[in-house]
Order: sequence, then C-alpha cells, then structure tokens
Amino acid sequence: MVDTALTGRAPAAAPVATAGKIVASGVSRSYGAGPDRKDVVRDCSFTVERGKMSVIIGPSGCGKSTLVRLLAGFERPTAGTLALDEAPITGPSRDRQVVFQESALFPWMTTYDNVVYGPRARGDRREATRALAEGLLEKVGLKDFRDKYPPQLSGGMQRRAELARALINDPKVMILDEPFRGLDALTKELMWDYCARLFEESRRTTLFITTDIDEAVFLADRILIMTNIPTRVRAVLEVELPRPRRLADVAASDHANDVKAEALSLLHEEAMKSFAHGSRAAADFVEAYARRSPR
Amino acid sequence: MTASAKAAPALSFARGVVSIAVLLLLWEVGARSKHWMTGELFAPLRAILQALGFKPHHLPLVGAAPPPSGVLRSWAAIVTDSGYWQSWAKSFLRVAAGFTAAMLVGIPFGLLLAVNRTAFGVAFPLFEVLRPIPPLAWVPASIIFWPTQELSISFVTFLGAFYTIVINVVGGAKAIDVRYFQAARAMGSSRWDVFRRIILPGTLPSIVVGAVVGMGITWEVVVAAEMISGGGSQIGGTGGGGLGFFIWNSYVGGSYEQIVVGMISIGIAGFISSELLRLLGRRVTPWLTPR
Repeated sequence: MVDTALTGRAPAAAPVATAGKIVASGVSRSYGAGPDRKDVVRDCSFTVERGKMSVIIGPSGCGKSTLVRLLAGFERPTAGTLALDEAPITGPSRDRQVVFQESALFPWMTTYDNVVYGPRARGDRREATRALAEGLLEKVGLKDFRDKYPPQLSGGMQRRAELARALINDPKVMILDEPFRGLDALTKELMWDYCARLFEESRRTTLFITTDIDEAVFLADRILIMTNIPTRVRAVLEVELPRPRRLADVAASDHANDVKAEALSLLHEEAMKSFAHGSRAAADFVEAYARRSPR
Repeated sequence: MTASAKAAPALSFARGVVSIAVLLLLWEVGARSKHWMTGELFAPLRAILQALGFKPHHLPLVGAAPPPSGVLRSWAAIVTDSGYWQSWAKSFLRVAAGFTAAMLVGIPFGLLLAVNRTAFGVAFPLFEVLRPIPPLAWVPASIIFWPTQELSISFVTFLGAFYTIVINVVGGAKAIDVRYFQAARAMGSSRWDVFRRIILPGTLPSIVVGAVVGMGITWEVVVAAEMISGGGSQIGGTGGGGLGFFIWNSYVGGSYEQIVVGMISIGIAGFISSELLRLLGRRVTPWLTPR
C-alpha cells in the first residue's frame, strides 16, 4: 500500500464518495421530565454533504456530544428525524463509525486486535482483511506498535489507532467527536495532517466535532456553527481552500483568516449568551476573545 | 531503565530483611525481660506496669511471649513431624475448596447481576441482606446443616470469599466505559460477542482484585472455623484439624512456642496464596503492566 498519508500528497484523481449524506430535520433531544426537563438539542436541522469534511463547532457544553450520540444511533431524538442517504437512523450501524473524545480503544486488546475488532465481530477472518488491517496500521504509522496495548501507546498513537479501527469498517460516514482534545499543540498539528491526508485520499464523508477554531478552518469544507445549549445550527460557513492542504498554506491564507474571524465573532455572540446564563466556561472564552486583537 | 530503578528491587528486599531482623531482635530482647527486669534500675518501670495491671516482672506483651529463638527451636522440632504438615495440607485444602467454589459460583453470579436487570432486582437485595452476616456467624448453622465437618468448614470458607468476589465482579462490570459498548455495537458486535470480548475482559481486573482480597478473608475464616469446630476429633489424629486447630491445640496444651509457630505458618501460607494469585492475575491482565 502506498504510504501517502505519511509523506506524500493525495493521488491526483481523488475519489469522490457517493454515499454518506446525512439530513437532520427538526431534531430535538431533551433529558428528564417535568420541571427537571433539560433541552439539549432543540429543532436542529442541517445537512452533511457527501464527500465533504463538515466541521461542527460550538461553545463547550452546548450539546455537540449529544448530537454525536444521536447521529451514531446510540440515542434516539425526542423529536425530528435523522437520515443517512434517505434511510432513517434508528440505531448504531457499521455505516456510521464514531471516534470518541479521548481514547475508547479496548484496553485489553493489542493495537492490531483493536483494529480488526469490527471485521472479527462480523465473522470476517479473511486473509485480505488481515492485510487491510496491517496496511491501515502502516498508514497511520503504528506498524511497529501492532502488538502493544493501548495504555502503552502515546496519546497521538491512541488517536490514530482509533481512526484505523473505525476506518477498517469502511463506513459511509466518519464521525469524529473532538478526537484530538487533550493532545499537546504539536501532536495536534501532526494529527490534523494525518486527518486531512486520510480524508483527501478517500473523500469519505466526515463529520468532525470540535471547539478549536484553527482545527475547524484547517480541516473543513463546511463549518457548522452551533448555538449555545439547547443547540441548533447558527450559521454555515464554506471554506474554499484547495486540497491537499498544508498547515503553512492555510495559515497564510487571507480567506482562512476571514472565515476564522467570522466564525469567532459568531461564537463570541453565543458565548456571551451562555455567559449571561452563568456559564464559567463561556467566561473564559469571552475574556480570551476580548484580549485577541481584531484583525 | 535507570540504574536506580534497576537497584530498586534489591534495595526494597534489603529493607524488608532489615525490618524483619529488627523486629526479631526487639522481640528476643523483650521476651528475655523476665531475667533483667528484676534489676534495681527498673523499679520505677515495674511500679508503672503494676499500676496499669500488668505483671511487673517482665515487659508487657513481648515479655509474656516466647522468644524467637525458642519458637525456632520448637519449629525445628516439629518440622519433621508429619502431623504439622498435615495441618498445613488440611488448611490449604479447605481454603482451596472454599475459594474455588466461591470463584466458580461468584464470577458467573456477579456477571449475571451486572448484565441482567431482572436478576439484579431479584437477587441483589437478598444478597445485600446476607452479606453483612460474618462468615463465622454461620459456623454453628453450617455444622448443623452440612453432613460432615469438612463440608461445613469449607462452606464457611466459601462464604468468606464469595461476597467479596461478587461485589467486585458486579462493580467491575458496571464500571466498564459505556463507549466501549457503543463502539462495539457500531462495529456490528452481537450481544454474545459484547459479553465475551468486552464485558469479560473488562471485568477481569476486578475479578483479580476480588480474588486476592477474597483469598485473605478465606484464610482468616478457615483458621477461626478450625478453632471453633475443634477439627481433630472427627477426622482423627492431631494433624486433622488444620493450622487453626494446631494453634488452639497448642494453647490448650500450654505450648506457647507452638502457638507462635502456628501463627507464622498461617502468615506464610496466606502470603504464598496471595502471591500466587497476583502472579496469575498479572498473567491474565497483561495490558495493565506498563512497558
């Protein structure tokens, strides 16, 4: 397998995904009942376009992870519908793979056993699948760590192993829920690079959840900006930057900076609202925004 | 690995040796206080001890105990006695029987409580009512209920480990990260597959902890049960009663050195069983060993 993810650029004729369109219409999710009822998602509608990298960004605690659980089918919405390629989402499925916040690798399995978990669970023990797993491990730079247990891997390696574990199932959509949270700044940039390469190679429909504006602009074709809790889509920004993307190119791009400024001001408005409702996390954001000199 | 990290096991072994040596020395000196406490120098100390209700002619506690040298002599005398080793074997067998039964019943029972809400609702309240009853409180009842003394002692031993194992299995299985189940289901796992590849290995560390703690309780219980039940009479011979009965018998016979020999024997036996379990535990949970 050509190791394009590590060093090279994506193939010139990138494949375009023909599947993976998610449509959310009027989705609501609340927890509890009566006076304790809490609306986390309210009347949320959006489309995740096929073959694109869509990034959902919103203030922390706004309900993004709840949205992920709904999209993955781990929970059902209290109102509204979710559909993948016109088929309603009613439960977890191989078509929608989630990479979770922090590591959700099975600690008692080696890296390799984690990666082949999905195929084995479906009774697939073919030699081709084994080769595919080895290839994926090589692609994410974990070939030498195939027999290590997750606790023996670094944070960045764990994230990559989890990407490989999800990718081997060949899902129509990849849902990444703040996958790089908690990594140091340099490792994070390395992971953005991996993530962009993997996407550019396959053009698999990807939904990426984050609170990091730089991450959003670097990775996204479309940015969905969420409101404060109960969440829904506040605005959609198109990021028209060429692919394959390079960190340096994006950092120097005026368009990227414009998108960033616009996203920030929208997020600032949302943070001000949650600040008014007494959120301490929002207070940090409001202060940070005030210190950042406007471009 | 640094030089100091390499030296650590040797150093900690040396520390262990030192602490045991110091204990033995203080004990030996204390036990011999019968001879030197008579001196004029110790008159005030004697007065204080008398006021506290102790015998004034030796140090409290250690003075009343046989000295380590005497214990060693007594040990050397019975080391060749088959009755002493039969006591070991008897206690070990009872511990093994009770503990194995507790594992065989406790692990499946705990897993059932953890995965099945109905089973949990039905059995857990009953379990929680029975659990606070100390295993030793079961001794008279189990002597009545079980046909042989051997079975009743093993049953009480079983109870000692059973509750701990079940509690650990239930707690361990319930503490498994919900995201593991979500990921497994999204990748197409069947319920059986989730049980076999997520719940079982996810509970394994707690099973090991429960087993090690349960093993300790098992030794406590078997010794006490042997003391209470007398052990020897039905099985015949002085060696039939196990280490608990060995201690009790030594007490009744006035051989204080042998009491201590019995106590140390139990300490060694418990240590060996716990270490074996830990070793086994590390083998079945290789992912917990950092490398």
